[in-house]
Amino acid sequence: MMTFDDLAALASQVCPMHVMIDAEGTVTSHGPTLLKLCDGDDWKGKSFFDVLDLQRPRWVKTISDLLETAGCKLHFQLREAPHTRMKGVLVPLPDGQGAFINLSFGISVLDAVRDFNLTSQDFSPTDLTIEMLYLVEAKSAAMEASRQLNLRLQGAKIAAEEQAFTDTLTGLKNRRAMDHVLNRLISGGRDFALMHVDLDFFKSVNDTFGHAAGDTVLQRVAAIMVDCTRKFDTVARIGGDEFVLVFEGLMDRNRLQDLARRLITRLEEPIMYGVDECRISASAGTTLSTELASPDPAALLHQADVALYAAKRAGRAQHMFYAPGLEAEMVEHDTKSA
Amino acid sequence: MHGLINRAVQAFVISTYGDKRWGEIMDDSELGFSEFEAMLVYPEDQSSRMLRALERNLQRPLAEILEDVGTFLVSNPQVEALRRLLRFGGVNYVEFLHSLDDLPDRARLAVSDLHLPGLELIEQAPGQFDLLCQPGVQGYAQVMTGVLRAMADDYGALVILDQSGTRDGADVISITLIESEFAEGRAFDLGAHSL
Repeated sequence: MMTFDDLAALASQVCPMHVMIDAEGTVTSHGPTLLKLCDGDDWKGKSFFDVLDLQRPRWVKTISDLLETAGCKLHFQLREAPHTRMKGVLVPLPDGQGAFINLSFGISVLDAVRDFNLTSQDFSPTDLTIEMLYLVEAKSAAMEASRQLNLRLQGAKIAAEEQAFTDTLTGLKNRRAMDHVLNRLISGGRDFALMHVDLDFFKSVNDTFGHAAGDTVLQRVAAIMVDCTRKFDTVARIGGDEFVLVFEGLMDRNRLQDLARRLITRLEEPIMYGVDECRISASAGTTLSTELASPDPAALLHQADVALYAAKRAGRAQHMFYAPGLEAEMVEHDTKSA
Repeated sequence: MHGLINRAVQAFVISTYGDKRWGEIMDDSELGFSEFEAMLVYPEDQSSRMLRALERNLQRPLAEILEDVGTFLVSNPQVEALRRLLRFGGVNYVEFLHSLDDLPDRARLAVSDLHLPGLELIEQAPGQFDLLCQPGVQGYAQVMTGVLRAMADDYGALVILDQSGTRDGADVISITLIESEFAEGRAFDLGAHSL
């Protein structure tokens, strides 16, 4: 026949967090790990409810209620700080001798291990707590490494976007790419034509049909421009509805004029946005790198701009070449209109 | 090879020899980047090129360097997390040795794409063990030797380690435990880590 002491000794090995109470609810013995929780003030001889506050099930008010809970999950909290939460299960002892309650920290084990300075000896060898602590640490370390990687990748992504050469809406080159191309051509001593194209009536498309329609138009414009140029020409969108086309080695004014005409005609074809018909046009101004003895991107862009301005003034849907007199005309015109 | 392994070598070199040395080694490796990411996986040949460049640059046998990497992994405060994870293996050195059988599974539990070759501990006699390191990761047995040595210090155990050749394709490390409580080990507190 097993004595009470035998049971307590056995239980201390297997369940180091057990409590045994008598029929009045006084703690008669408990497992060794719980000694670390009571800060030298042994639970033995105390009333169970003075040590632990039963939080659920709520209907349990008295010890006899508690004895009725056999097999149910119980939620406790330490009455003393740090008010650690615990889970438990109760089994009544035979012949009304009280009950055996096994406790566990549940999810609060991470705090409990620190608060009470627990070691692996405080848990039964079959308890998975140590494995859980291991897993928490391992996962935290791995997560931290992943987080660091994400931060670095995020930084790299922002840097890459800043360095990108593509206009994300149209897939054309962007202004940075155009600058790069112009510098490369000039430093390589190559001749090229530079055409500045500005859409007409684009603002009214945006205003009438909304920005989504405007985006569709810009994408269609980009496709037409790529279609009208050679594979190795550069087509860049450098502003909202402003485009720059760079034709390496194409210095024939007639061919450039034809190309501009064809481009403007194609751009005037209606573009469908759902059931809406968007109509735009374009003006273009072109200059040749040979206009300048020592070509410079800013100066060439300015010349193309002057030509574009002249084209717009000549009525929309026009194409003009830069000529040295144009700037003077422009100034004259501005003075007149002022 | 998993980035964690490459990164471990990187951390060792930078901490022991400095950033400049690591820069030279990576330039010499001609991989086109200067740092390994812990959470990415790299092709085998990139790791091999780095290790060859490492050996050239430090002018020491690779086996010796890798053993130092193993020691570094356990003893350097920078990588305290790994030492703590290893200490979860047991309360004394012998228990720790027995936990090595589970090490590859434990590693995969933490980082699911980290595949470490199998380890098998064979107890030849009381205090006399052979650790079989299965092939799969270049220099695994050398790094493990360093780890075992540093963990012995950590537990305060006195051991003799010897890489005693191969058995059925596995590298064998023989471990002789002279005294399990030779010195005061380093403290291990289950909850010391801020979680």
